[in-house]
Order: sequence, then structure tokens, then C-alpha cells
Amino acid sequence: MTTAARAGAAARTMRRARRARRGVRLRIVIPLIIVALYVVGAILVPILYHFDPLHTELLYRLKPPGTTVADGKTAIFGTDQVGQDMFAQMMMGARVSLTVGALTLLFAGVFGVLVGLLSGHFGGWIDMALMRIADIQLAFPSILLAILLASVLGQGLTNIIIVLSIASWVVFARVTRSQVLALKNREYVDAARTLGAGHLHLMFRTQLPGCLAPILVVATVEFGHVILAEAALSFLGVGVPLGVPSLGSSIQAGTAYLTTAWWISTLPGIALAILVLATGILGDALRDRFDPRLRSA
Amino acid sequence: MTDRPAGPAPSPVLRVQHLRVAYPIRSSVMLRRVGEIVAVSDVTFDVGPGETVGLVGESGSGKSTIARAVIGLVAATAGSIEFEGRDITRYGPQQLKAVRRDMQMVFQDPYASLNPRLTVRDQIAECWRVHRGQLPRAHWTDEAKQLMERVGLNPDYSDRYPHQFSGGQRQRICIARALALRPKLIICDEAVSALDVSVQAQVLNLLADLQDEFGLSYLFISHDLSVIEHLSDRVLVLNKGEVVEEGAVRQIFADPRDAYTRALLAAVPVVRPWLESPT
Ligand SMILES: Nc1ncnc2c1ncn2[C@@H]1O[C@H](COP(=O)(O)OP(=O)(O)OP(=O)(O)O)[C@@H](O)[C@H]1O
Ligand SMILES: [Mg+2]
Repeated sequence: MTTAARAGAAARTMRRARRARRGVRLRIVIPLIIVALYVVGAILVPILYHFDPLHTELLYRLKPPGTTVADGKTAIFGTDQVGQDMFAQMMMGARVSLTVGALTLLFAGVFGVLVGLLSGHFGGWIDMALMRIADIQLAFPSILLAILLASVLGQGLTNIIIVLSIASWVVFARVTRSQVLALKNREYVDAARTLGAGHLHLMFRTQLPGCLAPILVVATVEFGHVILAEAALSFLGVGVPLGVPSLGSSIQAGTAYLTTAWWISTLPGIALAILVLATGILGDALRDRFDPRLRSA
Repeated sequence: MTDRPAGPAPSPVLRVQHLRVAYPIRSSVMLRRVGEIVAVSDVTFDVGPGETVGLVGESGSGKSTIARAVIGLVAATAGSIEFEGRDITRYGPQQLKAVRRDMQMVFQDPYASLNPRLTVRDQIAECWRVHRGQLPRAHWTDEAKQLMERVGLNPDYSDRYPHQFSGGQRQRICIARALALRPKLIICDEAVSALDVSVQAQVLNLLADLQDEFGLSYLFISHDLSVIEHLSDRVLVLNKGEVVEEGAVRQIFADPRDAYTRALLAAVPVVRPWLESPT
């Protein structure tokens, strides 16, 4: 190979690397903007629209997107079977979905990471016991658990959060445990041990920081899963209680009007799909950013 | 590295007697113990104050296992390890913690033995965090910078992370961390093996200077005889978990008794030019 050709090849690889980096950055920034828009919309829109889930406006029911309704406002996404503005209702639903998602992640994440740290750090029978519990948990369908809890405790947001947390802590525990197992025989952990560090120090100061990147990746992907699961539960009627709008329950309410008023089911469905897709892409991009070895080929 | 005056030896800092370490082999089912690998079968030696004892032997001969047993990372199966006259093999975690202030270790791989998420300052300050009351928090930064300076690092770099340093510099960070609690004994397990030859010389010289300054004892482990020769007063030759020969460095180099030692000596790969300087 001539020097020029070699220089050309080197320049090409560098260009490709730079393009790949820019690609990762775009795949992080764009989903982040989308999720941020949902958050802003979920906070502001219901307030601006004075959204009241129990309010009905029968004169303006089942109006298509773009119709001008009672107080002179335009219902850009149409109205539903009781005349509520679909856009306001969807944003209220997003508010519920995002809150459920965030709280579930918080509980499942803290619990799962704790279990993973204990399991990986101590090993032995503690590890065996905790991981068997995790296996049992995975084998148990969360829908069944939701129906069970709803029938025992009644429906309510707290119960959904409990069900979804129970269903998703295992992922956090597994990821944390495998990361701790990879770290705990590193010499720097031994070095901390020879300094005389106790278990708490080793777990939280020495090993936990090394686990944060994969945990963040998992949390992002799980966020989408949890929101989807909440929508599924609400669609099946074992999720949010009646009167609380959620993307899932809006989709369900519209199924009776699919031929006459397609927007009632379709628009919340699209909104849900975009949100879940955005978190999925974000999770993938973060994985590439933090741990290129895990990149899916 | 001068010859010691004859007479009654001062009481040793470290005395290891009939040490045996076996790693259990556990079955994957129910973690039952199904057998063991004897890594160290019967090892006895002393390390006196201010003395450097070298430990050589080929890969798998049990050098690291001895180091890890002395510092308490693995449990001794039999025998005793006395530190300043106290048998530490039966110590509980709290008592061990106190002993660990006086005993530190420098590891082989300067890339792996520093926490990638701590700055140099935090890396060094970690031992003061673990041993509360050793040094007030307000002095941590100053003291860390002083230690960095002492081991030949620019103290202005105290906020940098390990990946921003070269291999030799990282090993200096490890040495600074080992010094932070003013220990009496430092165990160096292949502490220079991962470094370039010229950097090896610098680090070995630093270790020798620190020994004079702080009166440190070293247990110095290497598979490389020329490195051992550079620093040690006495050498133990280890083969398959047993000491096959022990004695002053010159004596062993001049007149190896054991066949295994002769084979090791014959296998010394390179002559280090910096060893040629008159001692
Ligand atoms: N954690 C472990 N579990 C089981 N066996 C081990 C373990 N660590 C070491 N061994 C075994 O103990 C023996 C001694 O190992 P050790 O690490 O002490 O050797 P070494 O002299 O330090 O070798 P090297 O020069 O390669 O570092 C080897 O046969 C090794 O297979
Ligand atoms: Mg070793």
C-alpha cells in the first residue's frame, strides 16, 4: 500500500468514527427532546385546558380533529364519546403514565440495585437465595399479579406502582449483580479491601459507582416497558381506576367507536408508541455511548 | 541494602510459620466443597524491620497467594502469620482493620488497581475515610498533595483521574496510597512487572528511597530475578508452594544450591544495564 493510500484509509476510518459518534449523539438528543416535550405537555396542557375528567359536553361529542367546540377553542385532536377534548385528555393520560413510570423506576431501581449489590458482593447462599427469588418473580406473569392485587386491594395508582415495581426490580438486580461480579475481582476492589474498608464502603463507594452506567441504560429501557405495561393493564381494566384518564384507558374507551370516531383510540395509541419508541432508542444509544462492547450487531 | 551487623536479630515485623493455603473447589450445585487446590503448602519466613525480603518463583508457584494471605485477602488454612508478635490469622474484622493500617500492598496492574471513578486525591484520601480519626478531613487535600510530591508526581494533578496518567505514574499513585497510613510493611506483588524497563528502574529507586526515609519493610514479589536482586536483602525461592532455597541475594546468585534455583537463574531473560552500577 502506498503512503497516500494508507493516509486515505486512515482518514476514512476517522471520518467513519466521527460520523458514528455524531450518530450516537443525535440518537441521544432527539429522544431526549421528545421525552422532554411529553413532560412539559403533561404538566402544562391539563392546566391550560382546565381539564376535568368528570366534565361532559354532550353537544360536542365524537367531533373529528380540528372542530371548534363550545368555548370557541379548537379541539385539534377531536373530542371523545362524552365530548372531552382529546388533546387535553391525552396529556392528562401522559401525566399519569409518566408519573407511574418514574415512581415505579424509583422503587424498582432502588430495591433491585440493593438486591444486586448484596447478591454480587456477598455471593454464596445469599446470592443463591436472592437469585432464586428473582427467578420465581420472572416466572410469575405480572398481569396475573395485577389482577390479583386489584381484586385484593382494589384499583388505584399506588397498586399499579406496586405491581409494576414487583415486575421490574429483577432486571435491575440482575444487571447490578453481573456488574458487581465483573468488578469485585478487580484489583482496585482488593486494594480498598486491604485498606480495611468494610462491606458498606466496598458496596456503595467502591462497586456501586462502577455499576451506574449500565443501571442508567437499563432504567431508560425499563421506563418504556413500564409505561407500556401500565397502558396494557389500564386497557384490560385492571390498571388505573375509572375516572382517571390514562393512555391505555383512552385507547380502550375508543375501541367501541373505531369505525365512526377513529381518533379516540388511534391518537393516544400513536402518542404511546412514540413515547415508548423514544425511550427505547435513547436506551440503545446510551448503551452504545457507555459500553460499546454491548452494541447489538 | 547494606550488610546487617552481626548479633541478635531485632524482632521481626512479620513472621510467617508453616503457612498453608488451600483454595476450595466448590461444586456448582449447592456450593458444596468437593476438593481443594493447595497453593501454598508449608512456608516459613521472617521480615525484619527495614528489611526487604524477595520472593521469586515461576508462575503458579504461590507467590501471590502468600501475599494475599499475609494481607488477609485469603484465609490461611494452617500455620500462623504474626505481625509485630501478634498472630493475625485468627483476628476478626475489627482487629484486622487495625492491623491493616500498618500493612499495605502495591498490586501488579497499575491500570486495574486504581478505581477509575476516583480522582487521585480521593484515591489517596480513601484510607483516611476508612480509618476515621487518622487525619482530620480538612488536611486530606494537603496531605494527598504532599504524598504525590513525595512519590514524584505533580501535585497540581490531584484532581485528575487515573486514566489521565501513564503506567509508571499510576504505580506511583498506588505507592502514595500505600504510604498514606504510614505503614510498617508494604507488600509489592509484581509491582513493577507491568512497566517498561526504564520505568521499572525509576520505581524501584523510589521504593528504595522511601524505605530509607520511612524505615519500611518490604515483602517484594517478582518472577524476575534481576528486579529482586536490585532491591532485596534476602531471597526466598518458591516452587510449587514450598520454599526450596533461602538466603542472602549474593549468596544465592553466586552459589545456587537447589536445581530449581539454578534453572530459574539460567532463565533470567535480559541483563538489566542499570544493575551494573557498583553498589
Ligand atoms: N482464587 C483461586 N481459586 C483457586 N485456585 C487459585 C486461586 N488463585 C490461585 N489459585 C491457584 O493457586 C496456585 C498459586 O497461585 P498464585 O496466584 O499464588 O501464583 P503466583 O506465584 O502468584 O503466579 P503468578 O506469577 O502467575 O502471579 C495456582 O496453581 C493457582 O491455580
Ligand atoms: Mg501472582
